[in-house]
Amino acid sequence: MGLRWTTLAGFAITALIALFLVVPVLLSVYAGLSVNYARGISAGFTLDWVRQVWSLYSDTVWRSLIVALMTLALTLLIGVPGAYALVRRGGRFARIVEELVTLPVAIPGLALALALILAYGGFGAFRQSTLFVVVGHVLFTLPFMMRAVIAILETIDWRTLDEGAASLGSPAWLRFFDVILPNVRPGIVAGALTVVTLSIGEFNLTWMLHTPMTKTLPVGLADAYASMRLEVASAYTLVFLIMVIPLLIGLQLAADLTEKRTKS
Amino acid sequence: MNARAEAFTRCGSAITTNALTKTFHGHTVLQPTHLEIASGEILVLLGPSGCGKTTLLRLIAGLEQPDGPNMIRFDGEDVSALPIEKRNVGMVFQSYALFPNMTVAENVGYGLKVKGIRRKQRESETKRLLALVGLEDYADRRITTVSGGQRQRTALARALAIKPRVLLLDEPLAALDAVLRERLRVEIGLLLREFGITAVYVTHDQAEAMAIGDRIAVMQRGRIEQIGAPKAIYHRPANDFVADFVGTMNRLEGRVSDGILAVDAEHTQARLRVGGGDRSAVVCFRPEVARLTAGPGAIRARVIATTFFGATQRLVAEVAPGRQLQLDLASSLHFAPGQIVAFDADPQAIIEFEKDA
Ligand SMILES: Nc1ncnc2c1ncn2[C@@H]1O[C@H](COP(=O)(O)OP(=O)(O)OP(=O)(O)O)[C@@H](O)[C@H]1O
Ligand SMILES: [Mg+2]
Repeated sequence: MGLRWTTLAGFAITALIALFLVVPVLLSVYAGLSVNYARGISAGFTLDWVRQVWSLYSDTVWRSLIVALMTLALTLLIGVPGAYALVRRGGRFARIVEELVTLPVAIPGLALALALILAYGGFGAFRQSTLFVVVGHVLFTLPFMMRAVIAILETIDWRTLDEGAASLGSPAWLRFFDVILPNVRPGIVAGALTVVTLSIGEFNLTWMLHTPMTKTLPVGLADAYASMRLEVASAYTLVFLIMVIPLLIGLQLAADLTEKRTKS
Repeated sequence: MNARAEAFTRCGSAITTNALTKTFHGHTVLQPTHLEIASGEILVLLGPSGCGKTTLLRLIAGLEQPDGPNMIRFDGEDVSALPIEKRNVGMVFQSYALFPNMTVAENVGYGLKVKGIRRKQRESETKRLLALVGLEDYADRRITTVSGGQRQRTALARALAIKPRVLLLDEPLAALDAVLRERLRVEIGLLLREFGITAVYVTHDQAEAMAIGDRIAVMQRGRIEQIGAPKAIYHRPANDFVADFVGTMNRLEGRVSDGILAVDAEHTQARLRVGGGDRSAVVCFRPEVARLTAGPGAIRARVIATTFFGATQRLVAEVAPGRQLQLDLASSLHFAPGQIVAFDADPQAIIEFEKDA
């Protein structure tokens, strides 16, 4: 009986916390769909605000997606071989590089952005392009990809796998693709989910880096909150949710699928 | 089995090492080593943990760089500068190093795939190898779902698939239980002979070494102490270390006069006929060469314990407190602890070492 009581209490507490977190989001969704939030349900519901947001800000939605995907591509390209190279090298040097790569996470986004602008602000075309935002995101998300891959590498006997493949005549680059990559896939998937999530939601850094032509969704959101009526800003949140939730579920499903294919 | 293996049979390369040396961080792990391994020969590297067996094997494989150039030759060709992927050596690792992302068949076929061999030919080749090691029914199983013995066979088939010039095995049976180890030891020995491949086989199990090797190299502290046929190593060990490491060896120390070794022991009459002139000597003999005798020149010892082995029994007896000998005698005889036994050893089978200064 005692067990049952504590189980119930645990369940109740979890439900309360979930509610506490979800209610504001639901309220936001409600506000974005209501004709007039102040007047309540009696005023009725509309999709006008969503439509208005879409016409004003649809470019930020696409840009956010593109930035997230480019960031993901770059962190995969740099982070996965980089993590393997670091683990292979080992020793003090590798530790120091790992710390250095992690540094941008600890530095406030604003400071990091300022540093980027100071360094590369002079290159007009680059400064004006979406690529500038992507570079900021890569700096910020790279350590998450690398850490995830390093964590898996430390659990598999990569050296023996590599030597085994080498003894069968496989050159170094092929060994990386044939026996290292498939066996660190769980780390890559975890890293990819983190990178995409972080990139899509990133505001600090992006706010400093963006130009009127390179606004991402969270920056547009801030704009809307500052300058539009509450219902429009809330409708924007709704758009954000509609975009992010299927994206994350899709990524997770894709990851599960590849996982299953290698396991079965 | 011969017919099946015939398709693969070719002779492997002869291996020569010339003052092969390896130093890690200023610490010489392998002393200058000269080895001549004939084509098709199976050489076993035997020695205690940390003596450098794996290091020597990895040097031959190309997984470690020797200290100097021109130290390793395959069929006279200097391969010192070639990395492992260019040496065409088959390697069976202690942990097998199988690829968990591939099936049994994919593991075996990987080397062929890397060589760019067509899928059709690859598959039939893989099939033949799997049949050879008795794994036909497991071809499509994930590596993670087969047993230890099956993994071991997969690793062997995978290494043989590339038709290597030499096959290198690092304690391939160490991870298996005793029964399986004994069975696979026989299987591997047969298979290697059928293939007629040059093989270097590392182990620290002397029974395994005896069963598999054409020759055995006994190593200690980075040095080969003795190299020779199993029987020679067993019956004519070059020194104390080899004698002790390969099988059980009894040791008696004392003065020889008139061809009789007198051991200063409690139970008096500890005398053994060894022949030769007067000298101080260390005399060794295996348990199985002991024979009961009542005549003069016999050793008398007190029985401490007996262990029944079937046809024989092993007696532990002491000539003086703490100085024990082991004797294998017919199990039909009866001995009680505390009893005094009188025995000598076949003079032909007695080994004598110089007494250390
Ligand atoms: N990469 C390395 N760096 C430094 N020292 C090493 C390295 N590899 C081996 N050694 C040292 O060389 C010596 C011989 O090692 P090796 O692995 O060859 O022994 P082994 O005979 O195979 O022993 P075991 O039976 O335990 O496997 C050991 O003292 C070991 O510590
Ligand atoms: Mg070893």
